[in-house]
Amino acid sequence: MPGWLAVYLRELFILRRRLSRLLLAWAVSPLLYLIAFGYAMGQSLSVQGHTYLEFLLPGLIAMASMTQAFAIGSEINIARFYWHIFEEIQSAPVSSASFVLGETLAGLTRALLAASVIILLGALFGLVLSYNPYFWAVLLLNSFVFAALAVALAMVVESHADQALLNSLIITPMAFLGGTFFPVDRLPWWAQKVLYLLPLTHAAQAMRAAALRLELSGLSYLLLATLGAVSFIFAVCTVRRARD
Amino acid sequence: MIHLQGLVKAYKGIQALRGIDLWVRPGELFAYLGPNGAGKTTTIRILAGLTRATAGRAWLNGHDIATEPLAAKKQFGLVPQHLNLDSELTVTENLLIHGMLHRLPYRTVRTRMEHLLEYVELTDKRRAFVKHLSGGMKRRLMIARALLHEPQILFLDEPSVGLDANIRRRIWALIKKIQQEGVTIFLTTHYIEEAEFLAERVAFLDQGRIVALDTPAKLMANLGQWAVDQFTHDNLKTHYFRSREEAQQFAASTTASFTLRRVNLEDAFLALTGRKVS
Repeated sequence: MPGWLAVYLRELFILRRRLSRLLLAWAVSPLLYLIAFGYAMGQSLSVQGHTYLEFLLPGLIAMASMTQAFAIGSEINIARFYWHIFEEIQSAPVSSASFVLGETLAGLTRALLAASVIILLGALFGLVLSYNPYFWAVLLLNSFVFAALAVALAMVVESHADQALLNSLIITPMAFLGGTFFPVDRLPWWAQKVLYLLPLTHAAQAMRAAALRLELSGLSYLLLATLGAVSFIFAVCTVRRARD
Repeated sequence: MIHLQGLVKAYKGIQALRGIDLWVRPGELFAYLGPNGAGKTTTIRILAGLTRATAGRAWLNGHDIATEPLAAKKQFGLVPQHLNLDSELTVTENLLIHGMLHRLPYRTVRTRMEHLLEYVELTDKRRAFVKHLSGGMKRRLMIARALLHEPQILFLDEPSVGLDANIRRRIWALIKKIQQEGVTIFLTTHYIEEAEFLAERVAFLDQGRIVALDTPAKLMANLGQWAVDQFTHDNLKTHYFRSREEAQQFAASTTASFTLRRVNLEDAFLALTGRKVS
């Protein structure tokens, strides 16, 4: 039985224990966004030929997949600093790459579950978009990028406070500026240049294009795949370095 | 079985280990005795692959921990000083994950799990969540977990720290039982009685150096067999004697209050380092 499977299974056991609470937590924020921005404010708005709710939903899925994939970093952090479980894994014959793969897949699983919750919420609002293979591909890529990045950064931080700071510095700004709530191409050119450096901008655009059957950009897929590979390698390096 | 050669560890300007040379024989129960901060846990962390040595080498069952880390990690089970069980998981789930980390087939894990839970007297707790176990149960579960992949070496880092006297005795009996089955045990402790009761050989570790290494009997024999602690108004002075009679004669001649007792490893450590272990 490969080592990554043990790491992944451990996270799944924990996830199973908390699933009912987590499903509720994953539903609350998107529901509020859908009600406030989509249903109440956005009924009279039209963006790129679609209702604002149609525009918003793929963005929310991209954002949730990012935040939930990145949340695996907090789980690792707790296991490392509170429960010392990381030592149990480090002292086992499990390679750093296996550890990263197991944790990344755990982050990806959380992200897919959170995204599924939003898809169901959207259906409750009467929104059934095109959830085709291109949509799932970008969802997987986006989740992989942020889960691998979370594993890497969880090995770099030295406390829970550091972890919270990462969320404030990386995730929150990206969530609001990465094309979730508004089309990036309406911003000044220089702002667009900056925002196109964010992986979430590409994920949100690609997800929206797939879900709304718009023209797909291969560049976004390529960029996310490359970032995923780089993040994974970075994570393997930081896990190795974690042995001081 | 366990071989350390010139092991050095320095971090943040502190020399935690200053060149440790050691050879632990197969099947031996070896104790590493020293006060807090002497470098006991650092040695185990290096051997377990949790931290890297600054210099020197170490082999576990012939596998170099630096160049063959995965092979070396298959040789040992580790019971760290602090509890590192998954509190949110059940006893069975904790063992299953450990078995999977060591690439054991599921059926093997199930079979060994049943046997080990019986061995550490936790069979009736197999479905319990770890957070609901007592401290002693958690410690026994950690020992069972460390034995699940049938290692030839068992590292026990302060195995009875924080446990009451009764539970400590149960843990000691368990450790003896494990050794009798052929497992080499490397134990760190700052409890004198633990080292005396369990160990075949003891290394005294002080400020990152081994200052003495021998059987407990030989380490103590240099001082004598009996000790008299003489309490004066501002001091405690210990006198050592070869026989009880000599000690009693001395005690009878003193006007200060005193305690007559057997010499222990604490005396030997104090004589060598000028410091107490605990």
